[in-house]
Order: sequence, then structure tokens, then C-alpha cells
Amino acid sequence: MFGFHYKLERKAIGFTLAIIGVASIGGLVEIAPLFTIHQTVEEVPDMRVYTPLELAGRNIYVREGCYACHSQMIRTLRDEVERYGPYSLAVESKYDHPMLWGSKRTGPDLARIGGKYSDEWQVAHLVSPRSVVPPSVMPNYAWLLRNDLRTNDLAGNLKAMRAVGVPYTDEMIANAANDALGQANPDDPLAAGVTKRYGEATNVRAFDGVPTRLTEMDALVAYLQILGRLTEAPYKIVASEAAPAVKAQSEAKSP
Amino acid sequence: MIEQLTKNERQLAVVILLAITICGMAFAGAGQGDPVGVHGFLIMAAGIAGIFWVISGYFSPEPPADRSDSYYDDPSRAGILFAMAWAVAGMFVGVWIALLLAYPDFTFDAAWASFGRLRPVHTSGVIFGFGGNALIATSFYVMQRTSRARLPGQLGPLFVLYGYNLFCVLAATGYLMGVTQSKEYAEPEWYADLWLTIVWVTYLIVYLLTLARRKEPHIYVANWYYLAFVVVVAMLHIINNLAVPVSFGSAKSYSLFSGVQDAMTQWWYGHNAVAFFLTAGFLGMMYYYLPKRAGRPLFSYRMSIISFWGITFLYMWAGSHHLHYTALPQWVQTLGMTFSVMLIVPSWAAAANALLTLNGAWHKVRTDATLRFMMMAAVFYGLTTFEGSFLAIRSVNALSHYTDWTVGHVHAGALGWVALITFGSIYASVPWLWKRPAMYSARLVEVHFWLAIAGTVIYVLAMWNSGIIQGLMWRTYNANGTLAYSFIDSLVEMHPYYVARAFGGLLFLIGALVGCYNIWMTIRTAPLPAEAALEPVGDFPEPAAARQAAE
Repeated sequence: MFGFHYKLERKAIGFTLAIIGVASIGGLVEIAPLFTIHQTVEEVPDMRVYTPLELAGRNIYVREGCYACHSQMIRTLRDEVERYGPYSLAVESKYDHPMLWGSKRTGPDLARIGGKYSDEWQVAHLVSPRSVVPPSVMPNYAWLLRNDLRTNDLAGNLKAMRAVGVPYTDEMIANAANDALGQANPDDPLAAGVTKRYGEATNVRAFDGVPTRLTEMDALVAYLQILGRLTEAPYKIVASEAAPAVKAQSEAKSP
Repeated sequence: MIEQLTKNERQLAVVILLAITICGMAFAGAGQGDPVGVHGFLIMAAGIAGIFWVISGYFSPEPPADRSDSYYDDPSRAGILFAMAWAVAGMFVGVWIALLLAYPDFTFDAAWASFGRLRPVHTSGVIFGFGGNALIATSFYVMQRTSRARLPGQLGPLFVLYGYNLFCVLAATGYLMGVTQSKEYAEPEWYADLWLTIVWVTYLIVYLLTLARRKEPHIYVANWYYLAFVVVVAMLHIINNLAVPVSFGSAKSYSLFSGVQDAMTQWWYGHNAVAFFLTAGFLGMMYYYLPKRAGRPLFSYRMSIISFWGITFLYMWAGSHHLHYTALPQWVQTLGMTFSVMLIVPSWAAAANALLTLNGAWHKVRTDATLRFMMMAAVFYGLTTFEGSFLAIRSVNALSHYTDWTVGHVHAGALGWVALITFGSIYASVPWLWKRPAMYSARLVEVHFWLAIAGTVIYVLAMWNSGIIQGLMWRTYNANGTLAYSFIDSLVEMHPYYVARAFGGLLFLIGALVGCYNIWMTIRTAPLPAEAALEPVGDFPEPAAARQAAE
């Protein structure tokens, strides 16, 4: 072995190729099958794509680096399921390019934050977190209320998402900007198109409290309110497995 | 620096800089109203400034034709200065955001000053700005000495160094404007990633061409590590950053992968950025500067073979330990854990090899703070890799994941290992590179050493405490069988540790500033007389150590 190496280390190209070969194995074995084994991601019929407004909100979440302090991945541990809700399924981030599972909880997990708090609470909290949660260390995001949401690039964003595999239709792309306006203003005639394209259960509200103006706050709150609600599958699993079984399982895994 | 370029290289430099300027113009035009437009102007400014710089030295005489008898150290000198500048900037932002977690209102109601935007400025600033520049600078230095060959031409290495710094500036300024892919340690957007790919491929070509010119039959251990660093980082960077941009005039892109596949690809990248950027590259540094400074040959050639191939093979499996108990299939988690535990063998072999090399030179460790920097780096490397294998165990990870313990672990490695070996190597190479008898002040090196050690220990202890408290509070049940603490209860407990962490970081930053002053004063002292400073290639002593090690 050392004799072979004695020869190998005299060849720059051979050495480089050896590094590439040796370093490729781990990734090939661990990553490639995730694309081919179909059980990796659950098949769920009711999983829907983000509306243009929610996608814009997600992009603000990314832009502000929210993922640095908030995870979106509830692990299969008893305390996490009891604190945050049913453990996260792979299918829930199927349309997340990229995923926002996160790696650090300076703040709480947000995978199931959707619907837990009112829009008013979310807006008040984002404008000034310490006004509603005094010990919070989250920055103030008051400017989200002042910034108008850019809508002229939403169609392009949906198109790029379709290019990486998200099933947006031509109609969704063509109406992207209008759907964003409609979703944040229920009195607008455009609102009807949103529920037609994205389902009756879609939240259509003045998320920031002002229906006439579309702000970045509208988009971010619309996104936060859909987190964990794109499919009902995780809640059904918990119901069908019956809660004690889930608990027993997670206890067996945790020390 | 320009006078070191040949006439042809000066012309080629102008052509390249013109192309960069035109690219910048295109982005500035297409990206109006988008952050990419701002970056277009920045790229344009960099190109134009470069053209003026080349023109300012364009008519100076050409370098001597017999230059292959000497080494080309301009990029190493500039790289060390860049590294120190990024160290101060990156660590300053680190202290700042540490304070933000203790005192969250210092954001001036401005988007750019919030924690989420500043955090990648800190991580990229220290990893890529400080670490990357130090790696480029030392790799050029080490590969020439251990190959006894001059770099192939002068323009390539300069392009790598300045191109890389342009990437770092695009990354850091992008984060402040909210340009990020949200992939940790791979945050820069598509156009910056494409630019880095060009720079990095050039780096690999420069490296291979230098090796092709070598006069030593064997490639020395340090070069194996530098080579693995260059090659594997290219693989990781290209695959993890595959994405579709919204348009040419938009900074935004969407990752090719989603959900669970994206998570696995990201942490395959993320963990191997640690392995091949923050470990392999710096092991390359250690394998050259530590034996050199100690005046001892490397302890064991065979141990270095085992640790090199062990690290190259095993690390690539370990990324999935970042995803224990998640929606990632369990078989991948188990593989990640298993290989992470096995990693202790090559990691400790490398650390032991370094420490055993000091046998016969331990008296120098007592008096020479530069060597002590390197020795402590090897100790921290051993400690951190042990902790890493430990944290990768699934049931330990259940407690530690998502908490400050991970942050403490990373900083034990980043401060204790990466930064200490870098400072040690920089203190060793500054007098060699600038042809000075020694550093301006050995006492200031000593001061820096103790500031760095104190800062690291305070930081890591604070994060161990806060992380374990967090992890335990989150899973504590009361007598009724319900969770005992709300999330905010755990956050309130963090405050004293967040203050302590900021203090530890501040000590480390002050140490880096002391280092900058010392380096600056060293450069300002009188150089050695020309004959003493001459380094003819033919009889340069260093490759002897490599040959001994090989036999």
C-alpha cells in the first residue's frame, strides 16, 4: 500500500484523479438514490404550490436571512412534536427551492406557524417584536410595512420555479402579478382568480391590515400564515397513527 | 507588482479587465432597479480601476529573463495583507452580531443592519475572506518551495488572488442588499458563483502547471492537502450552486434541487466546506509551516498518508449528520453518523503527527509564540474533531442540534484551529516573504497568542453552557408530563452567555488588530541585505524535509 502511494505521489494528474474518485463515492451513495427511490418523498394529493404573494413572501424571508435563526423542520422527537406540532414530512418542502430547514433555533421553529397567530399579531410582532414578546431578541422589521411589494418580476419568478420543476401553469404565470394584488385585497375583483387557481382554502385577506396597498409585509405574513398548511397530510398521519403510537416511537428513538 | 508582469501578460491583463468591465456594464444595464445592477457598477469600477493600475506600470521595464531562478511571491504578500484585512472586517462584524443577540435594538431601523443580513457577512468574511486569502497566499508560497519551481507565469496567480477578492466583495455587499441563496456558506447568488468558478478553475490550472514544473520527484504532503482543497471545493461549489436565475437582470435564482434532496446536497456541501476548505487546506499549511518553524522533519510519512486518504474518503459521507431525526431517510442519517465517528481516526492521526513532529523542539514552543500558535492549533484540531464525531451521534445530536452548542463547536474549530494555524503561519512567513530578519515584535506575537487563546476559551465555554441549557430546557418535562418551559424561557437564560460570547470575540478581534500592527511595523523595518535575502532555487533547503519524509 505504501509502496503504491510512493509511486502515486510522483504523478500530479494521477493524484488529482485519485482525489476526485475517492471523494465522489460518499456523495454518489448518499445523494443519488434520493432522486430515484420514490419513497423518499411521500405522495400526497393535496400538496399545493405557493401563490405568487406567498412566494414573494418566501423570497423576503430568504432575503432577510430569517433561516439563520428559525428552523422549519420539526424532528421526530416527542418534545418537538408537543411543542411545535406534527413532525415535518419530506413532501412539505417538495416545492421549496431551496429548502429552508435551517440549522439553528435562536428563535422557535416555524414549520407549523401558519394559522397559530392572527395577522394582526404577526404584523405587530414583525414591526416591533418586543412590543408583544418583551424578552425577544429579534430585530425590528418595521420597514416591511413601508416598502411596496415589487410585482413586475413575479411572472419571471414563477417561470424560473417552473424551470426547476414546480408545476406552475401558463395561466398562473400570466396572472402572477394580479394574483398577488388580489390575494391581499379580498374586495378586489382580482381576488376571485386566486382561489380559482390555487384552491378555495387559500387565504385571501388584507394581511397587513390595509387592503388598498400591497406591501412587503402583506407578502411575508401571507407566507408565514401558509407555513405547515400546504398539505394536511402531517396532521392526518398523527391522527391515524393515534398519538400514543407516535409518542412511543419517538421515545424509543430518543435517549 | 505590474513590473513583474511580462509585456504579453500586461496586454492580456488589460484584455481581461476590459472583458470584466464590459460584463459589469451589461449587468448594470440589465439590472436596473435590482441589486444585480448595483453589482454591475461595482464590477465595472473594479475593472476600470484594474485597467488604470496596469497602465500605470505598463511602460516599466520587463522582469529579468532568468526569473525562473527565483520564486514569485507578490501574490503571497498581497494575499496575506488581504487575509488580515478580512480577518479584522469579518471578526468585527462577528462581534457586532454577537452584541445584537444581547442588545437587539442596534439596527437603526435599517434593513442592512439586521442580524439576518449581517450574519453571512461575518461567516463569509472570516471563512472565505480571511481563510481563503490565507490559503491562496500560503499555497502559492508552499507549492513553489516544496516543488522547487516558480509559478507558471505571473498573471495567473494574480488573477486568482484579485478575482477571488472580487468574489468576496460581491458576496459581502450582496448580503447587505439582501442578495442570498439562503444556502449556508454558499449564500452568494448565481453570477458571483459563476465568477468564482472561473477563478477557481484558474487556481487549479496554476497549481497543476506548477506541479508539472517541479524539480522534486515526489509531491510533498502539504501539496496533497492543498490539491484536495482546490479540487473538492470546486466539485462541491459547482454541484450545490446549480440554479436557474430569474433573468439576466435579476440577482434572484432558484436552486435546482428542492426539499429533502436539496437539504442533503446542501449539507454534503456544508460539511465538506468544513472538511476541504477549513480542514484540508489548513492541514496543508500545518504540514509545511509547523515542521519548518520547529526545525524538525515531519514525524511520520505513513501516518500522513493514512490521515490524508481517510479524510478525503470519509468526510464526504458525513454531511447527513446535520439532518438527524429530520425528513431525510434514516439510512442516510445512519451512514452519516457512522462515517462521522470513523473520522476520528484520520483526524487524530493528523493532529498526533503534528504534535509528535514537535518532539525534540518542545523547548522552542515555550519561547516561540509563533510555534505555539501552531501547536495549540493542532491541539484544538484534535479537540474539535473529537467533539465533531461526538455531536454526530444521533442521540447526542438530539440534544445539541439547533442549539448554541453547534455554534460553540464551529468556533472551537474556526478560532482554535483555523485562525491559530493561520496566524502562526502568517507570523512565520511575513519575515521570509518581506526578507526581514524577524517579526517587528516577538512580544506582540506573545500578546496576540494569549488574547486569541483567552478569546477562544471564553467563547467556547459560553456557547457550551448556553447550548446545553437550551437543549435541556427544550426537552424538560414537569411532573404532569407536559413541557416545563416555553421557548422564550430558554431565550431569557441565554443573555449572560451572549454577553460573554461577545466579550470572547472582542478579545480575539483585538488580537487580530495587534497582529495587523505587528505585520505593518515588520514591513516598515529595514530589509536584510540583498545577498542574505537571496533565495536561489537550486539549493533551497526545504525540500530536504520532504525527501526525508518520503524515504
